[in-house]
Amino acid sequence: MIDLDLRLARPAFALHATLRLPARGVTALFGPSGCGKTTLLRALAGLERAQGHVRVDGETWQDDSRGLFVPTHARSLGYVIQEAALFPHLDVQRNLDFGLRRTPAAERRIALPQIVDLLGIGHLMARRPGTLSGGERQRVAIARALAASPKLLLMDEPLAALDAQRKREVLPYLERTQRDLGLPIVYVSHSIDEVAQLADHLVLLDGGQVRADGPFTEVLSRLDLPLLWGDEAGVVLDGGVAERDVQWHLARLEVDAGAAAFWSRDQGLPVGRRARLRVLARDVSLTRERQHGTSIGNQLAGVVASISDDTHPGLALVRVRIGGVAVVARLTRRSAAALMLAPGVPVWAQVKTVALME
Amino acid sequence: MTSAEWSAVRLTAELAALTTVLLLLLGTPIAWWLARTQSAAKPVVASVVALPLVLPPTVIGFYLLLLIGPHGPVGQFTTALGLGRLPFTFGGLVVASVLCSMPFVVQPLQQAFEAIDERTLEAAATLRAGPWDRFFTVALPQARPGILTASVLGFAHTVGEFGVVLMIGGNIEGSTRTLSVLIYDHVEAAEFAQAHRLAAGMLGFAMMVLLSLHLLNRPRRERACRAA
Repeated sequence: MIDLDLRLARPAFALHATLRLPARGVTALFGPSGCGKTTLLRALAGLERAQGHVRVDGETWQDDSRGLFVPTHARSLGYVIQEAALFPHLDVQRNLDFGLRRTPAAERRIALPQIVDLLGIGHLMARRPGTLSGGERQRVAIARALAASPKLLLMDEPLAALDAQRKREVLPYLERTQRDLGLPIVYVSHSIDEVAQLADHLVLLDGGQVRADGPFTEVLSRLDLPLLWGDEAGVVLDGGVAERDVQWHLARLEVDAGAAAFWSRDQGLPVGRRARLRVLARDVSLTRERQHGTSIGNQLAGVVASISDDTHPGLALVRVRIGGVAVVARLTRRSAAALMLAPGVPVWAQVKTVALME
Repeated sequence: MTSAEWSAVRLTAELAALTTVLLLLLGTPIAWWLARTQSAAKPVVASVVALPLVLPPTVIGFYLLLLIGPHGPVGQFTTALGLGRLPFTFGGLVVASVLCSMPFVVQPLQQAFEAIDERTLEAAATLRAGPWDRFFTVALPQARPGILTASVLGFAHTVGEFGVVLMIGGNIEGSTRTLSVLIYDHVEAAEFAQAHRLAAGMLGFAMMVLLSLHLLNRPRRERACRAA
């Protein structure tokens, strides 16, 4: 359990966050730029002096009521930032050794060869940081942090400096790190797509305040936060590949034990593979009757659960319950009125696109 | 060369080496502070350190004489401690040289420290390195070219100092007669051949120092390419 209560005042900015986060899995700190997510992460690491307390796994890192502040170098954490910040005067091997040598033998839980293997950097050991590509630098930075056997890994937009292709290069390593080491990670990002692949828990920050906090898919489909999502409003569903249609290059993705299923482009994942699906509100439309002669392949029967305001007064977000899951549709208020939508009304949800997050 | 000339060469080298070592020890904390502080006192301290760049050495020498002379506060203090008087001694020369060469050491160090990416120091902190550890294993190695430049400039400037040496040290063979003063003596006595020999030696020395500095401080990438 990560238990924190941190306050920090700056000219034109105030951060106040009270959070209890699971000490396992990936927690995403998400919000628009300037919302305080980086400041919160830095305060958690002790790089920024905030007031309050931080307790990680029963260990107190900061408690100003008792005048206690453990300096960063005495906290068992790893910290990876966008710019990697490798030591330019040391080669990769000695960058990795830096934290390892300063970790008491009794606290070493992750062997260096395993880390090197996990991040695929064995061939880079003799190179200087200046000669590495952006993706390689980032992988070395992650490995360097892991080599110090941290109890908590903090990552501040570790992929933001990389182009889409490099992101795809590093992400699998991140997922493996998380899966194989079971290390709790707090991950700052402004890109929901990036965290959607990793996060189990989501904290939504806005203007230095925690706006929402809970299991990832739950927070993501809450309708009272449309301003934060904007065009990205939608839901994320945990599901799996149930069937592949070889002729049409499609895959059937099931969620909620088959209660709902979507056809999507086949992205090569084998049947049985777990995957997260993202359904954006703008890709969902509603009808009262099942449609024929439509190009949309996914029509799901459901019931309107709630209708809420959207970013624009002419728009509404309608939450539709389908079996045990829900999707959100973005409609005009006029359409919602014309269809006489209200909680409890049965509808068909037409889903144009489902994004597979793997 | 005559024994008087050798004595001047040795004296000059000793003075410059001792001054450089003292300046590195003294200048590093000052430069570190200047590079990282946001204190209102920073411009004042930076200006004081830079004064020798713009002041005539005779002005520095004059005030220093007043300060360390038998009636000056520092002079009375050193006498009271039983250290004797500083003017016209090697010790006095060292004090004067440290003051005069201060900016040549502090400024390159400060620039080198300012160029260090703060994030590498923070990364070191997250990798369990304490403040001193970070300074010695992350900051100093990255400042290496600056330290080299500071040492060379501090040494070379001390070797070349003339005005302050004459005012504080006088012209005593074996204890305060440095090379630059000896050259002046030779020229005064119209011993142009001797003056020429020493002056040419100094010129060659200065050229060698600057050349090696530039070769050593070439960007790493350039050298790496050449090696590849």
